[in-house]
Amino acid sequence: MAQTFAASSTLPARQTKVLGLLPAIIFLVLALVPVAAVFGPESYLLGLFTRVMVFAIAAMALDFICGYGGLVSFGHAAFVGIGAYAVGILGSHGITDMLVALLVALLVSAIFAYLTGTVCLRTKGVYFIMITLAFGQMAYFIAGSLAPYGGDDGLTVRLRSTFLGFPFLQSDRTFYYFVLLSLFVAYLLFRAIVYSRFGRVFRGARENPTRIATLGFDVFRFQRVGYVIAGAIAGLSGFLLANATEFVSPAYMSWQRSGELIIMVLFGGIGSLHGAIIGAAAYLLVEEVLGGITEQWKLIFGPLLVLVVLFARGGLLGLAHAIGGRLDRG
Amino acid sequence: MADPVLQLNDLHKNFGGLVVTDGVTLDIGQGELHAVIGPNGAGKTTLINQISGLIAPTAGTIRFNGTDITGLPANKRAELGLARSFQITSVLPRFSALENVALAVQARAGTSYRFFGRADREQTVNNAASAALSEVGLAERKQTVAGHLSHGEKRALELAIALAMQPKLLLLDEPMAGTGHEESARLIDVLRRLKGRFSMLLVEHDMNAVFALADRISVLTYGRILASGAPDAVRTHPQVVAAYLGEEME
Repeated sequence: MAQTFAASSTLPARQTKVLGLLPAIIFLVLALVPVAAVFGPESYLLGLFTRVMVFAIAAMALDFICGYGGLVSFGHAAFVGIGAYAVGILGSHGITDMLVALLVALLVSAIFAYLTGTVCLRTKGVYFIMITLAFGQMAYFIAGSLAPYGGDDGLTVRLRSTFLGFPFLQSDRTFYYFVLLSLFVAYLLFRAIVYSRFGRVFRGARENPTRIATLGFDVFRFQRVGYVIAGAIAGLSGFLLANATEFVSPAYMSWQRSGELIIMVLFGGIGSLHGAIIGAAAYLLVEEVLGGITEQWKLIFGPLLVLVVLFARGGLLGLAHAIGGRLDRG
Repeated sequence: MADPVLQLNDLHKNFGGLVVTDGVTLDIGQGELHAVIGPNGAGKTTLINQISGLIAPTAGTIRFNGTDITGLPANKRAELGLARSFQITSVLPRFSALENVALAVQARAGTSYRFFGRADREQTVNNAASAALSEVGLAERKQTVAGHLSHGEKRALELAIALAMQPKLLLLDEPMAGTGHEESARLIDVLRRLKGRFSMLLVEHDMNAVFALADRISVLTYGRILASGAPDAVRTHPQVVAAYLGEEME
């Protein structure tokens, strides 16, 4: 069962004790990072892991539609960018309250997902990949043409989002925990959805859309709802990203960013949700470490990714399950 | 007499220049088991695909319980009570047998736009699904992942999925396709028990099954109905004997 984890299950499978606890362990470790960081370069570590969690949210949203819905989107960074621009643009008009900014970020990315999903979901397979890529690039170029908001150069976020006027995210540590909370909520939300009635239809549509239709489900509408949820949560990630970097730029939406999100999902283990956290952490930490050694870090990372895809089909998580299963038997 | 469950009226389907359905007119009465037989390539599966809404006919109408459903998509027809099985097994391979059937039950039990609460713990849905599985003799295998079932078991699962939809009409596209002798005997048994409770359109190559089960038989060749009637009448119909049954019935 363990080795076939990635291939045979559409649900997070029941696993060995340690691996079953993995999501809890991940969140525990993330919760302890600020405590440990006191003993090291604190603000650097907090910044790095905040970034990991922000991208983990976007990667998890992508994993939800890719890994459970079979909808491989190559334009997911667009939603991240929209969420970020919501913060940037509102901020430049002096609106910094998160009750507004977060709501706008979620709403606009959801609307963008609804509209583009209506078109994209009429297509399948490689065409779906291409058309989501096209919409992603469209968003990228639109952002670059927003002259009042910095155009290609982007714009600075002068003040992190406030809550009812109270600037409680100013402290990096508080902000870190706020991002952690967001990640945790996103995880619980997706987990609930995957197991729910909706999730069952959504997962079934990936397995065999014709069968799902002949059971009486409107596959298109179910997939669109899933796409909108994933878009909105990616928008949440963008909202956090703008606050984390205190800067917004069209580069957040580029196709390279969408590709990186796919790599994170594959790297961690597609179709597992918490694998997306592992993938985001692995990608960004490898980038950080290798990037410190050489500017050409992708030369090393590329082959590494090829190895993971070739020999660990379920990503790092799949590898862990394979090893866990072997230990169990041995 | 009550309205027929299904009425096909002068149904035509062309794929480019190829005529696959050529003026089929046929009806199925309430509770009737109507078999459609014919040689390979006669257009049987195409006919079922048109009835279930997977492909659109070129001309003609399909009425289901008196309503014209010719323009409805497959999912709407399923909502109205049209269930089908596929000739090429079409289950959800990574779902358990129970979950495959539970999804069919769920489609009939309130909204599926429910995002919280575990679907696999809904007892009423699971009970109905288990009942359908028992009906086809798969009760023991309900936790098995569908992809790991034997071919015969997958055929039975197809049937259980269709049954769980509580359909008004069952479209069965070669339910015995590829099964061994024993398995097909078991499936015939299951169908015999279902007969009368459901109206059925049965497409099947297995002549034992067809003549044992059908109330009426229509013979399809080159997209046309060659003959239609009670099994005994069809069996002795000279054109049918010449065109199709031939040696098999000697």
